[in-house]
Amino acid sequence: MLKLSGRLPVLQNLNGAPYLATVTKDEHLAPDQKQTRALLMSEGMNPIGFKAILTKEHRRVSPGQDSDVFQLREEFEYLCDGDIIRLDPSSGSMRCLYRRNSDHNTILLTEQCDHYCLMCSQPPKRIADSWLLTEATELISRIPQETTCLGFSGGEPTLYGRAFIDLLTHTKTCLPMTAIDVLSNGRAFKDISFARQYAAIQHPDLLIGIPIYSDDPVRHNYVVQSQGAFDETIRGILNLKSLNQRVEIRIVIHRQTVGRLVKTCEFIARNLLFVDHVALMGLEITGFTRPNLEVLWIDPYEYRDVLSEAVGVLNSYGMHASVYNHQLCTVNSDIGSNYRKSISDWKNEYLDECRACSRIQDCGGFFSSSKNHKHSKYIKPFR
Amino acid sequence: MSQFQTIERYQPTRSTYQLLPFRFTPLDEHQYVLTNLAGEYIVLNRPSLHDLLAHRLSNVDPAYIDLRARHFLMDESAAITPTLLSLKLRTRYQRLAEFTGLHLFVVTLRCEHSCPYCQVSRRSQDTQRYDMTPEAANAALTLAFRSPSQHIKIEFQGGEPLLNFPLIQTIVLEAESRNQTLGKDLAFVIATNLALINDDILSFCRDHAILLSTSLDGPKDLHNANRPRPGGDSYERTVRGITLAREVLGHDRVSALMTTTEASLSRVHDIIDEYVAQSFNGIFLRPLSPYGFALKTRSYHAYNTERWLTFYRQGLDYIIELNRRGHDFAEYYASIILKKMFTSDDPGYVDLMSPAGIGIGAAVYNYDGSVYASDESRMLAEMGKDTFKLGHVLTHTYEDLFTSPALLDPLEESFAYSNPMCHDCAFEPYCGAEPVYHYAMHGDFVARKPESEFCRRNMETFRYLILKMENDPFAKRLFLQWANR
Repeated sequence: MLKLSGRLPVLQNLNGAPYLATVTKDEHLAPDQKQTRALLMSEGMNPIGFKAILTKEHRRVSPGQDSDVFQLREEFEYLCDGDIIRLDPSSGSMRCLYRRNSDHNTILLTEQCDHYCLMCSQPPKRIADSWLLTEATELISRIPQETTCLGFSGGEPTLYGRAFIDLLTHTKTCLPMTAIDVLSNGRAFKDISFARQYAAIQHPDLLIGIPIYSDDPVRHNYVVQSQGAFDETIRGILNLKSLNQRVEIRIVIHRQTVGRLVKTCEFIARNLLFVDHVALMGLEITGFTRPNLEVLWIDPYEYRDVLSEAVGVLNSYGMHASVYNHQLCTVNSDIGSNYRKSISDWKNEYLDECRACSRIQDCGGFFSSSKNHKHSKYIKPFR
Repeated sequence: MSQFQTIERYQPTRSTYQLLPFRFTPLDEHQYVLTNLAGEYIVLNRPSLHDLLAHRLSNVDPAYIDLRARHFLMDESAAITPTLLSLKLRTRYQRLAEFTGLHLFVVTLRCEHSCPYCQVSRRSQDTQRYDMTPEAANAALTLAFRSPSQHIKIEFQGGEPLLNFPLIQTIVLEAESRNQTLGKDLAFVIATNLALINDDILSFCRDHAILLSTSLDGPKDLHNANRPRPGGDSYERTVRGITLAREVLGHDRVSALMTTTEASLSRVHDIIDEYVAQSFNGIFLRPLSPYGFALKTRSYHAYNTERWLTFYRQGLDYIIELNRRGHDFAEYYASIILKKMFTSDDPGYVDLMSPAGIGIGAAVYNYDGSVYASDESRMLAEMGKDTFKLGHVLTHTYEDLFTSPALLDPLEESFAYSNPMCHDCAFEPYCGAEPVYHYAMHGDFVARKPESEFCRRNMETFRYLILKMENDPFAKRLFLQWANR
């Protein structure tokens, strides 16, 4: 697992307040460019004019050096040219916000949420965090246009209302070629005027992923711990599709959802056939899942036939369906064409016994959290 | 964890529920099938049905949860239900706005076959009398293109339409030329016995993307007995034609239909095996229609509905077993019904539409220029009853024809949702109004349904399909695929 944030020893603090900087290895930039860059120091350099300097060595800052200087620890050595980081020279806190060589860049827009899902991987906090949106806006301006895809997640990003629409508009302006995935509970779109604002962005490649955990409204509301959620989410999806927006339905499979998984897929095929994609996702053992593990955990191997049947229903109806976050040895071979390697690169790992597996290249592997806390008992290398 | 609520917390605060429109019918001795407005069904035992209707069903009963999720009842936890239900209902009927998509051109009544069950053919050389004229064809084409439908399918019928192939060529070229400005999704089919097929005809079909639909009644002895022609070689010519046509047009550009006769009834396995042997992906196990020579020669009454149902059930079981052994093969009549059971998509099969498919699903331009509301309508006319004749291509306008009482009256009167017994029938969403059949057999557009063989045959078919799925998970999975073919 890559560590995306941490604290670095601060060797020199000139700027005081936190800022974004793009990582570079090039010492010879124009002066105004240097002011937006964090230089990755290597032997023999004596850089002047950079906003920040990241050095591997613990050494004194040479006199005349006009930058914040941070000592880069081993776990952040993955940083490379073009990555974008947030630095706070007062505390030494560093967060990697964008990795140029990754297809799994997700921007956290808020930690606030109107759901309180049993298995939330990013437990909501009731603190004002609109600085995240401000930061995201600046970050978008810095991300290179050739980026193929980018995700926005939360919390619930639509809680920003108009400001969320403005961010997407800004993203379309800065990154017209980039595919954007948004994760939302969809409830805000129950208001058709908000859905119209979203549609009016006319983004060429925007997909919104919205969870429906059960065809039973009571069960869905229970999983997301919110009264009335099912009605508003469905209404939101209907509004978005009536405006030709691309919608993905996401179902996390766990003990509270697996019992009606097939019926839920039948419900989707009967009532929401017009959605663009359905993702059936394995449980990530992080956030609220850990305290709720007893209520949520079911070994994927035990529900593999249910998963096959659910995928079979969606396939029969010609829907686009994908199975995410599962290991090949825990699913039946009949879902092969729906199986995806989906886990973000920075938190994707394999067990020791997987090294012997002949299909490891095709396997999605584990969340780091699964490896550390809970995974199927039936992991068995293919020979 | 105390910060999380239990599921009970999300149950409706009041235990009352509201029934949404649904109907129920016994399925077998113990079970009932319930269908909602959108055609979704659910099977309940008698006590559960009683509890549901008496508003006694507990909201934690598994049946309650299924009924709520499938829109048979609603409570305060699911206020979205009417929106979803109405959306599905609207989708089911959206085809009506498209109006007529299928236009049948009877380019000749002449045929070199002399099948005893045939509804409408003539063994005659008299082209003057039995061929469509170019003037009539041209006028018919104008009418066909008046349809608001974006999808226009022109099907050439007979007799044997290849006996008047020059007219087919004329119509195809003219239709393509007119469609250059109209931009509709235009398709052509020739319904032919393939006995007269040759390379020139096939080249034309290939160049103009024309599909072929032929007749194959089963193995050689059965087919040739059913379909006599000079030389007694109908089977050989059909199979040769299928092979040839597939080579030129592509495997999936040729389809086949079988007609069931009394001789077929004991041979459903042989018939299906023949379709498998000829590499078809499915078969349409059709009942014999009561029109034309069929009724005259009494072959229709030669077998009754019960015998046909036995034939059909045996065939369907056999096909399911074929699939279980890994052979991908469908039964198309079941597929049409299953589409109505599992999707909001109307398959547009004329016999199983309500409002009826006459005029809306298809229109027929007969060899003599008269316009009929369906293929069966013109067959009935051959028996002397021109009740469903809408007019003539040369003397009537589009408006005359498609708002004529001969079309609107039977459409309105036969609408199943408002018909005695159909209105209460759980199978109404799957069934059809079929005014032509009922008029032919009973003398009015509705008939008394307990006396209707159409009603009995279809009700039993619906029951059989549902019971199969209830008892056999493999059949359920297979049928879901057929529903979405």
